[in-house]
Amino acid sequence: MAERSFKKEVEKLRLGAGEEFRGEGILAVAKALLQSGVAYVAGYQGAPISHLMDVLTDANEILEELGVRFESSASEATAAATLAASVNYPLRGAVTFKATVGTNVASDALANLASSGVTGGALIIVGEDYGEGSSIMQERSHAFAMKSQIWLLDPRPNLPSIVRAVQEGFELSEASNTPVMLELRIRACHVYGRFTTQDNLRPSFTLKEAVEHPRRDVDRIVLPPASYLHEREKVEKRWPAAVRFIEEHKLNEFFAGDADDIGIVMQGGMYNTAIRALELLGLADAFGESRIPLYVLNVTYPLVDSELIRFCQGKRAILIVEEGQPEFIEQAVNTILRRADCQTRVEGKGMLPLAGEYTGAAMKEGFAKFVRAYRPDLLDRNALTPGAASDARERLEEAAKTVAPNVHPRPPSFCTGCPERPIFAAMKLVERELGPHHVSCDIGCHLFSILPPFNIGQTTMGYGLGGAGAAALNVKAGKRAIAVMGDGGFWHNGLVSSIGNAVFNKSDNVHIIVDNGYSAATGGQDLLSSMADNAIRSTRNPIEKAVRGVGVKWVRTIKRTYDVARMRDTLKDALTTKESGPKVIIAQSECMLNKQRRERPKMGKAIAEGRRVVRERFGVDPETCTGDHSCIRLSGCPSLTIAPHPDPLRKEPVTRVINSCVGCGLCGEVAHAAVLCPSFYRASIISNPTRWDRFKANVRSAVIGYLQRRIGRRMAVMA
Amino acid sequence: MTAGAIHAAGASRVRPITVAILAMGGEGGGVLADWIVDVAEHGGYLAQATSVPGVAQRTGATIYYLELFPRSAAQARRRDPVLALMPVPGDVDIVIASELMEAGRAVQRGLVTPDRTTLIASTHRVYAITEKIALGEGRVDSAALLEGCRMAARRLIAFDMAGLAEATGSIISAVLFGALAGSGALPFQRTAFEAAVRRGGVGIKASLAAFAAGYEAAKGGTDPAPSIPGSGAAEIRSAALAPLLAEVEQSFPGPALGIAREGVLRAADYQDAAYARLYLQRLKPFIVIEQNHGDGTGRLLAEVARHLALAMTYEDTIRVAELKIRPERFMRVREEARLASGQILEIAEFMHPRVQEIAETLPAPLGRWMLGSRRARALLGRLTRKGRTIRTTSISGFLLLYFVAKMKPLRPRSLRYTIEQDALDRWLKVVAETAQRDYALAVEAAECRALVKGYGETHERGRERFDALMAALPRIADRQDAAPRLAELRKAALADETGEALKKALAALGADDGDHRALAPGDAAGRLSPGEPQHRAA
Repeated sequence: MAERSFKKEVEKLRLGAGEEFRGEGILAVAKALLQSGVAYVAGYQGAPISHLMDVLTDANEILEELGVRFESSASEATAAATLAASVNYPLRGAVTFKATVGTNVASDALANLASSGVTGGALIIVGEDYGEGSSIMQERSHAFAMKSQIWLLDPRPNLPSIVRAVQEGFELSEASNTPVMLELRIRACHVYGRFTTQDNLRPSFTLKEAVEHPRRDVDRIVLPPASYLHEREKVEKRWPAAVRFIEEHKLNEFFAGDADDIGIVMQGGMYNTAIRALELLGLADAFGESRIPLYVLNVTYPLVDSELIRFCQGKRAILIVEEGQPEFIEQAVNTILRRADCQTRVEGKGMLPLAGEYTGAAMKEGFAKFVRAYRPDLLDRNALTPGAASDARERLEEAAKTVAPNVHPRPPSFCTGCPERPIFAAMKLVERELGPHHVSCDIGCHLFSILPPFNIGQTTMGYGLGGAGAAALNVKAGKRAIAVMGDGGFWHNGLVSSIGNAVFNKSDNVHIIVDNGYSAATGGQDLLSSMADNAIRSTRNPIEKAVRGVGVKWVRTIKRTYDVARMRDTLKDALTTKESGPKVIIAQSECMLNKQRRERPKMGKAIAEGRRVVRERFGVDPETCTGDHSCIRLSGCPSLTIAPHPDPLRKEPVTRVINSCVGCGLCGEVAHAAVLCPSFYRASIISNPTRWDRFKANVRSAVIGYLQRRIGRRMAVMA
Repeated sequence: MTAGAIHAAGASRVRPITVAILAMGGEGGGVLADWIVDVAEHGGYLAQATSVPGVAQRTGATIYYLELFPRSAAQARRRDPVLALMPVPGDVDIVIASELMEAGRAVQRGLVTPDRTTLIASTHRVYAITEKIALGEGRVDSAALLEGCRMAARRLIAFDMAGLAEATGSIISAVLFGALAGSGALPFQRTAFEAAVRRGGVGIKASLAAFAAGYEAAKGGTDPAPSIPGSGAAEIRSAALAPLLAEVEQSFPGPALGIAREGVLRAADYQDAAYARLYLQRLKPFIVIEQNHGDGTGRLLAEVARHLALAMTYEDTIRVAELKIRPERFMRVREEARLASGQILEIAEFMHPRVQEIAETLPAPLGRWMLGSRRARALLGRLTRKGRTIRTTSISGFLLLYFVAKMKPLRPRSLRYTIEQDALDRWLKVVAETAQRDYALAVEAAECRALVKGYGETHERGRERFDALMAALPRIADRQDAAPRLAELRKAALADETGEALKKALAALGADDGDHRALAPGDAAGRLSPGEPQHRAA
């Protein structure tokens, strides 16, 4: 079960013709798929399209009613290969994953799919994790579209445009026998907006028909000589067909303006920010009426030469707004105009940033440069230049200078009570004894180990590649390399690429597999080894069985990661044992975020019903805490924080546990294992105590109360 | 589209209301954004909201962005406005920050501008990891953050919203929403905001209470009151202490007075009135030193009074046991755990006494024997390898600590006591001697005592670094910049756990002198205190 439930929202997927949908962009995509008569959907979760996977999971009932098959794919490669169903059959299919990491993994299948060509519409919905808040390498999906000749849609970021892109994407795919990629940036995925719905469509051709009446066409299989044929087909038939379709159906949009000797060409996804930037320069209004003509590429690949040449007619210069690098579109535009001997100047990355997100501020600056160079007369009038007054600017600079040294980065980190934290606390303790080790990291929450307070980890090479990333570091030496991998990465491809590879190559490295029961970093989706029952998926397939299945002999499963001493000793054992072959430690404890989401309402209910419930939380005695914060350096839990020292003799802040503590027990375990200080205590709060509880409590408080009064008297005497 | 329809500049100047919310993952920033969308849609506005949650959801800093546009203006033009998906610096009407450093971040990003931005910020602090992991003080300057906010904003509404949320049993989003309503920055009535909370449907009663608290505070223009940490020490007054306290009142000047008074009380509480007298005896010579060599600030006397009190009341097993079983402590835990009536509280302590601590509690000769005997060490070592969890609320657990606490009269004969008092006398001597020549350096030398704190390895590490600084002291004593030099070394000693920074700083010192015998903290410890038992070396 995923972190966020869409059970309520999915009812919006049932809206019929002429009704208004209100909600998140990614939910609108799900609705658009159903309106397009899609026959199957598959994908792999990851920001920003995790919600699409979660919505589809929660909407399984609706999908079944419509005869739509939905799969939670093992990886993006699996998802992309699923589209093979559209090669021979007129089945519309869609897959989704995050870009560019997902596209990287999928590229083998995508290349084969693009070579074969499709009969039914095939749509690849990629969520771009680029710019602010991104957790991955900054690359472009555009390169994948170009290399495999898959058409790339980049619609304007409003719900009607996005929905239209989904529906027309299928048509374009069918018209050109080519898979189509729909690119959605993170803010567009999460944007709340409106569109007018249509009825859902049942697929006209069904998967059942395909399975029962298989069709075969050897020309669609990627093997010579058909593969040579595919390449010719791409440039001779599919490309021209696509260009024709794009032009005829006006997928790209032209917006006229009175300053028609210049123009701006932009990716569709840049539109809203670009309009705002123009508005702030006094060159557009809030409704998108721009003085400079705009050519908005809702399809960024392929480009339509004729449209571009027409747009450039009578223009001295155009500015290309293309986020990310290399500047594929700018290069292509130059080639097209050169071939057409068109003399319009092409500006782009020379005026806008070479790399990084195209924010409103970046665009405003770039547009100002462009207009100043070609139409300076347009500037200065009506410009909304905020804080233009010099005293305001000075005030701002002074303010920024005042806050700057006091604003620290606040990177993401392990949640309160996270079961992964003790694994790294144990690694820290091992580091104190055996010195530092090379640690190869993977993708997942555990990658937060590279940040303070743990500062553990050298590289991350991809999902499930933690072990593979340490493959070379495997020689006779005084130490062993350590690889960390999550259960998500393990099932994604770590079993083979990291563990199987280590067995086959007789590696001696240590592998820690963090088994928290979910694909936690992407939003708590279920996996093969999840412990929860899942009505539509097979769970409870243990990692240990899989690891032993590929030939690992040395396997230790730790059922409670919070047992720091055990974790530390097992790790030490793995690093020093004489046994050869890879050493695998499976560190199991449920993701606390998901556990709390499940347990907390239950606990509340039990208390309300009068049942006995014990809640635990930790605390620190300020009298004995001396403010060294060792405990925080070994934990970093959000509930473990600092506070002014109540002791007037002490200046340094004291450690404090705040009420969000979930009583995971790590603080106590660390205090023991690292021999910290005796300040930590555990408070067990018993609600609805039994008669026995109350009896015990009464006896205790009588005895303890008596002794405490004695202490009080003695203190008075001694003082 | 016809080119003739161009009237961009001028014809339509209706602009959206722009709102940025800076929050941390898991704080309910999304709930707040949903409420704002709801209140706007019911109030005749078109609303767009977006966010970049992704991995930042895991406790990182995240930003939500909303634009609200009057529906009537859109209807007049018969088309939807184009709303932006991210804030542009200088173009934000309302910035809501759920915490003070996040408000500072908004200022730093240029989102808050003097010509238009209403900044609604909670003044409480959620410390960043960099502040929390410091070996001592690592907190940033809250006053500067607030000052920056005040400078940058057209209007600042700032108060402790987390405190209000806690008081009303709700979440901070509800208080922020109330403050937004109270600020009057959005064109909607209070009842409209409240209706949005009701439509939200979760925890309505608590949310509305928190909303009301936020609304009132914002309306009242509450200015943040600086929080002053209250004195936690219980005052113990008795006939035996009265003359000592009277003496303090008479002989100590301004800044040191309060500290000395606290020190007397602490020493008496720690051991007895005689011990408090010893404290005063040790401290009194510094009154004269302050008079003869002081710079008028009284810093040296105050710092010696502070560190002497802390050093004399070092935390040994007896002290810890005593503090754990006091009735005031039981009360405090009950409060912290927010015990409701009818609930029962059980307290468990996490203790890990090692051979070291046990031997140090014993009478000095016995303790020395124990540490010297391999067999005794091995036996005890096995028994103390694991930490112990002691249930103070159970009779057996309480009695265990009670009897340890009862060993207090034996303390002056313990090994630890001998070690501590020797070290103290040496330190006082160094400070006193230094003061004759260089007052500022003496203050720094006094402050160095702060390095010695904590338990177990923390204590050993602190002691080692303190010794290293004391060893370095004679080498810098003759320099003009001796005091700032020592301050730098002290800072280096607190820079990291491994001691790298201090090692480098000491090495640099050596290079400066043309003396390349750079000292490692360990060497220094050995050289400074030949009289001290070597078991301190880790």
